[in-house]
Amino acid sequence: MNSFPILSFLIFLPVAGSILLLFVDNRDERRDASIRVLTLVVSLVVLALAILLWARFDPTSAEYQFTERHPWIPAFGIDYSVGVDGISLLLVELTAFLTPIALLSSWESVRKRVKAFSIFMLALESAMIGVFLSLDLFLFYIFWDAMLIPMYFLIGIWGYERRVYAAIKFILFTMAGGVLMLVAIITLAWLYSAQYGVYSFDLLKLQTLSFNTPTATRTVEGLLFLAFTIAFAIKVPLFPFHTWLPDAHVEAPTAGSVILAGVLLKMGTYGLVRFSFPLFPHAAITFAPYLATLAVIGIVYGALVSMVQPDLKKLVAYSSVSHLGFVVLGIAAMNMQGVQGAVYQMLNHGVSTGALFLIVGMLMDRRHTRLIAEFGGLKAVVPGLVAVFLVITLSSIGLPGLNGFVGEFLILLGTFRWRMEYGFIAALGVILSAVYMLWMFQRVNYGAVLNEKNRNLPDLSVRERWVIWPTVAMAIFMGLAPKFFLVPMERSVERVVQRLQSAAGPTTVRLESPTSTAGAQRVAPRRVRTFGPGPGK
Amino acid sequence: MLSPSFNAIVPIMCVVAAGIAALLAEALREPGERVPIAGLGVIGLVAAGISAAWLWDRHTTSFGVVSADNFGLFIVLVLVVIGLLTMAFSSQVVSRDHLPGGEYYGVTLLGLSGMMLMATASDLLVIFLALEVLSLSVYVLTAIRRDSEASTEGGFKYFLLGGFSSAVFLYGIAFTYGITGSTRLQRVGEVLAAQSMSENVLAYVALGLLLVGFAFKVSAVPFHMWTPDAYQGAPTIVTAFMSTAVKAAAFGAFARVFLSAFEPLRDDWTPVLWAIAAATMIFGTIVAVLQSNMKRMLAYSSIAHAGYMLVGIVAANDLGKAGILYYLLAYGVTNLAAFATIALLGTRERANDDLRDVSGLATTHPAVAALMTVFLLSLGGMPPTAGFVAKWYIFSAAVSGGYYWLAIIGVLTSVVAIFFYLRIVVMMYMAEPTGEAAVPRFSRFGIATLGVAMIAVFYLGILPTRVLNLAAASITTIF
Repeated sequence: MNSFPILSFLIFLPVAGSILLLFVDNRDERRDASIRVLTLVVSLVVLALAILLWARFDPTSAEYQFTERHPWIPAFGIDYSVGVDGISLLLVELTAFLTPIALLSSWESVRKRVKAFSIFMLALESAMIGVFLSLDLFLFYIFWDAMLIPMYFLIGIWGYERRVYAAIKFILFTMAGGVLMLVAIITLAWLYSAQYGVYSFDLLKLQTLSFNTPTATRTVEGLLFLAFTIAFAIKVPLFPFHTWLPDAHVEAPTAGSVILAGVLLKMGTYGLVRFSFPLFPHAAITFAPYLATLAVIGIVYGALVSMVQPDLKKLVAYSSVSHLGFVVLGIAAMNMQGVQGAVYQMLNHGVSTGALFLIVGMLMDRRHTRLIAEFGGLKAVVPGLVAVFLVITLSSIGLPGLNGFVGEFLILLGTFRWRMEYGFIAALGVILSAVYMLWMFQRVNYGAVLNEKNRNLPDLSVRERWVIWPTVAMAIFMGLAPKFFLVPMERSVERVVQRLQSAAGPTTVRLESPTSTAGAQRVAPRRVRTFGPGPGK
Repeated sequence: MLSPSFNAIVPIMCVVAAGIAALLAEALREPGERVPIAGLGVIGLVAAGISAAWLWDRHTTSFGVVSADNFGLFIVLVLVVIGLLTMAFSSQVVSRDHLPGGEYYGVTLLGLSGMMLMATASDLLVIFLALEVLSLSVYVLTAIRRDSEASTEGGFKYFLLGGFSSAVFLYGIAFTYGITGSTRLQRVGEVLAAQSMSENVLAYVALGLLLVGFAFKVSAVPFHMWTPDAYQGAPTIVTAFMSTAVKAAAFGAFARVFLSAFEPLRDDWTPVLWAIAAATMIFGTIVAVLQSNMKRMLAYSSIAHAGYMLVGIVAANDLGKAGILYYLLAYGVTNLAAFATIALLGTRERANDDLRDVSGLATTHPAVAALMTVFLLSLGGMPPTAGFVAKWYIFSAAVSGGYYWLAIIGVLTSVVAIFFYLRIVVMMYMAEPTGEAAVPRFSRFGIATLGVAMIAVFYLGILPTRVLNLAAASITTIF
């Protein structure tokens, strides 16, 4: 089985499908239906492959599995190198899960240029999976950048009124961060060649770089960390780099918003866990408090801005800023609970916010408006839709028993163990999220039907049920059986945390009072904890 | 066949012969008779390509002044590729615009021969000679549409400023000869290395004058003034040719002169060239943002690209030298194809080269719009295209040379560049057709050639190893 290159299939099957579509003659749009079916089939095959991957994945190992490595540009030590660990596995599953749903959700709402739409969606899926599976920084950057182009077209062609503006803003913001990361990647390879005599872009090899030499000083490490982290922070988006997000989310078509919120934002947080922190552990420890500060600002700010949005889609978009703040906070805490919660929250946010965008999309398909004030009393009109809306709203708030709770709880736990004050403010964010979500839900669904246009809206169609029910089922399942997802990621998260702690360990001893015996457990140097040391994990 | 001392100029002679044959064919044809003149060019260029491949790794020298080393031959091969693509794109344009075919092809081929000579010359005077050959043919090509005011104006401006810069360049050669007693690059380098030149003001005068001459030819800021007018005024297919081929030849000679003969003065010219490279990248990019005419936009963008290639010369390490070669090929194919797409978009009555002329092109001509998008993204340096690998190569050179700021300026300007390249994409994909533009007629052959260029762009972007190795191997011999 190991000889079957399953990861390469996952990456290239969608793009192969899109190349196939390129040659389908669809001049008078008579083949729209078959193109849609073909695209969906391709994405379902990818989903099947992803499930197969999970089934064969060995959760007891912290190593990268199913690795493939082929020399690509040998002169620079660039390999086509892919592999999967517990963290990337789950994100690949998320991508494979959301893509068919997004395709199905656009079945009726995307009517123009169906062929091009399908091509871009499949190309996007390839690039997203490629980002998660790359173990070579050059390869990673290629997927990272290549992913922008289909997304740009998806927003720019099938979006709403200000789509062109939003598309260009999206691509420029992301690229501006990305190119600095490119310089950092090249610098890393060059530093590697200075220390080992050959170029390498291999993630694992680059992790052996020492930043204690005359050319590679701690300052260099800090700068490289910043270059990577700013690129990821823009993508997350971390406050204050978030301004592209409301535009892109609001203007994108439903399928685009789902993928954007569901998967693309995770690339930023994934990048932090996979690249920024493990590559530059010392710098990560230095900068973690700043990241955490920005994260909690984002949590509160996103929540407050969400509260005053008259526009449903904008509300969901800003809630993403708040939720992703939790993820960054969990990563910055750098302990098991924090990072595990962060990865779990990435999945949650993908499912819940993806589903919220789907529901908003369904409301828009019916009423062609996004304004909360236009709705009201929908519960009596479309009970089926409101039922799923309720579940998803509650999952987004983090009600125990649903998925959001597990992630937020773990993150808060990890944060409290790290620094109480951040945990305290972040917990406020949880309350605020209940406020804006429930208030929105109340205004849209309860009360009397005031607007005549709402009186005869159709309830969920068969297709829409297929779109939304899987996400609801997933939200419930993830809430009830978190172990199912926590177990595969455990070893990989442990490896990341251990790497950070081993970097912190000696530093802690040097910088801090010798009394801190629990130094290996605690990651934050330089500050004596203000509350009693928690029991060892 | 000939005495071995002719070997190094065989590729050049093939092209010259084809050029003369083209002119003769035009002169001898009966009125109304159709002669496949472009075919002659193709034969000549293919012969040049084969002979260049044959000369590879042989390091032959002709008469002591033309050395067919791998560096020069790589550029000759790039010029062959550019020439072949130009011939292929021209066939439709020449008959559509009623350009004088014999003169057009003949002068293009003679210009190519000058460029090949420039890339392989190892003597300053021969470089000047080659420069004049290529410049004269490009002046003529720019003004080849005699009935067009813009074409004539562009040609005239180019001629005046170009003549001036040639004089400056020649003056620089004179000073160099005055200091070193030779115009052979190798000898110049030896003398400069042997003497302590730091007190010799004349050496700096020579250096400065040569720098100005080259900067003019590669259209680096602040010697770029002619570029937008000449590029916009010339028939688009000529712009396609001269924005790529002239740059390839000029950069070949530029790198050769500065990295071999004037290498001993590197510490002195590096800061100047650093500033020129930075200014060129920034200025070219920012002004391109303001353009509403696609030809003018791409003209400024080609200025910015010259800035990226200058980064390779500043870095002056192996990565930089090989990077320039790779960049020349990647940029050559991509930029030629982008301009050629605009050329094919035009009709006889209307050039269709304004930004709004392509609005809705994705609905009316989806294939052309898709091809154009690929070329623009490659120019912008997006993976997985040729432009990305080329830029990555150049920035790697800058980083490993310690020129972090140049690399950072480079990557940031390429983000801005993406913005204006995408403006064209926005018009093609996200705007409705205005109906103003004349409906272009694409020949199947034209589209097929664009398709070939697209395959090349992807090949260079996804599987760059072979060509990268070739470029890396071509610099080992001379520097």
